[in-house]
Amino acid sequence: MTTAQTISPDVDNGVNVAALIDAREALEAAPEAAQFKWRATCEWVNGTHSRSTVEGFFGLGEEQSRGKTFTVEADHPEVFAAEDNAATPVEIVLSGLASCLTAGVAAVAQHRGIQLRSVKATIEGDMDLQGILGIDDEVRNGFGTIRVNFDIDADASEDDLKALVAQSQKRSAVFDIVTNPTNVFVTVG
Amino acid sequence: MRTATTVIIGAGQSGLAFSKELADRSIDHVLIERGEVANSWRKERWDSLQLLTPNWQSRLPGYAYRGIDPDGYMTMPAVTRFLQDYAAHIGAPVETGTTVSSVTASESGYRIVTNRGEWRCATLVLANGACNVAVVPKVAEGLPPAVTSLTPMQYRNPDQLEDGGVMVVGASATGIQLAQEIQAAGRQVTLSVGEHVRVPRLYRGRDIKWWMDATGVMDMHYTEVDDVKRARRVPSLQLVGSLERATLDLNTLSRNGVEVVGRLAGLRDGRAQFSGSLKNLCALADLKMNRLLDGIDEWVSKAGRESEFEPAHRFAPTRVDSDPPLGKDLTDGSVKTVIWATGYRPDYSWLHVPVLDRKGRIRHDGGVALDAPGLYVMGLPFLRRRKSSFLDGAGDDARDLADHLSAGLRRAAA
Repeated sequence: MTTAQTISPDVDNGVNVAALIDAREALEAAPEAAQFKWRATCEWVNGTHSRSTVEGFFGLGEEQSRGKTFTVEADHPEVFAAEDNAATPVEIVLSGLASCLTAGVAAVAQHRGIQLRSVKATIEGDMDLQGILGIDDEVRNGFGTIRVNFDIDADASEDDLKALVAQSQKRSAVFDIVTNPTNVFVTVG
Repeated sequence: MRTATTVIIGAGQSGLAFSKELADRSIDHVLIERGEVANSWRKERWDSLQLLTPNWQSRLPGYAYRGIDPDGYMTMPAVTRFLQDYAAHIGAPVETGTTVSSVTASESGYRIVTNRGEWRCATLVLANGACNVAVVPKVAEGLPPAVTSLTPMQYRNPDQLEDGGVMVVGASATGIQLAQEIQAAGRQVTLSVGEHVRVPRLYRGRDIKWWMDATGVMDMHYTEVDDVKRARRVPSLQLVGSLERATLDLNTLSRNGVEVVGRLAGLRDGRAQFSGSLKNLCALADLKMNRLLDGIDEWVSKAGRESEFEPAHRFAPTRVDSDPPLGKDLTDGSVKTVIWATGYRPDYSWLHVPVLDRKGRIRHDGGVALDAPGLYVMGLPFLRRRKSSFLDGAGDDARDLADHLSAGLRRAAA
């Protein structure tokens, strides 16, 4: 049994579902256009403080220019004897996961005809610093467990909201990045 | 070289049902079968397998189960006998022991080369089944050489396995059944779980297949679903046919000692890596099961038939460890065998007609091949209806497609 997935004209979460569905069809017909490359550059400022810049990306078979630049700063907190100029990189990862899931919730809700009034994700990751400090080799550097809680105000049943959040995880890039291994190649020069 | 108006490749339930429909329309035809009738059921399934559908649902055009156990589930020898009896009953013209090596388009239809000579036909039906080849994911390449790799096609029973632990990859009907029987044989099983479809065997006193039949879920037409491509890829239901009519789900398996882990995301340096998405995949399956049960309850209540059935209830959610393992060492000797219960696909290696998409799937509209006049396919998941790949689904699809085929012949003759 499938749930009805009609596009309701009365629901507006600010997501253009029709355009997304068109894009899906177009990219299914031309899978080479679906090959994207996302990029950022990061420059050291001082100490643990750095500034990343995000501008163009590759997709739909060509370079895409946004005509504007975003910056993301990162630093470490004072308890690490740093200046705390910005969020730590791991908090940016958590923000990335929460943003990705939240965007997914809005898109899936639009597709399923659910009007959202408010959505708030609270995210927390456990980390044992014995890993990054090299105290215990058996402790990993990264998060042990990540927990996300969604507080959603919408005209929908509890199960519908759970299904919304579950579907958002299923289609989330950052959720996949965090839960599955990825080959990373780092070069110099 | 011999000729027939229609050649059917495969003499399982799909091919036989089609044969009956053609005979009823006086269309001369032949079934080409590499082995005997019901070859896949006979040779390519594990020993303990029983049909997922109850006996009463073994219905073919002009034929049905008439035994004493309508609620039971046929063993493979029983399915084989059932289909042999059907073939005899309808007098199906089956050429057994005939293996197709090539199919090409010809001016007036199709040319089929076999180990026992050539056939020419105006119309061709591919009824060779949806499960000819076990699909093994690319990550399998990283398996350490000391670990034996098996597909469900090669697996027969636990005795065949080397002593030691077993990792079963995939938790659809095949994966959960193998995990259960291997664990029961005293081996430690690790079950790697990706997307899956959870259903109870019985609900409100009836088989889930009875409910899906009665409420129209199995009859749902391919033109009625939102996303038919997606519907055709949905994994098989987590079900087992057994004397006890027992539900087999992840909760049962964990209770029996099976170690339930996430989707196999990678195999590197001798280590299996499991995805951290297990909790969500179980939540999705629980929600989906509850939507199915909601639909059933709604149907009962609308029909005013509450008194006929046991009361509505819900099953315990899938229990997932608070901290499921994210990896497993495959070089320490604890796992001796990996079984890839990661799906099946049809074999079209002999089909030299340009009807396959880039993923090797046949391009068709409800079984009518696209851009290949007179070519039909049967028995694939959700071909025309949700029940298309089940024994009970062959009849309706064969009737529809035989009508289409017959109309095409009349147009060609006119």
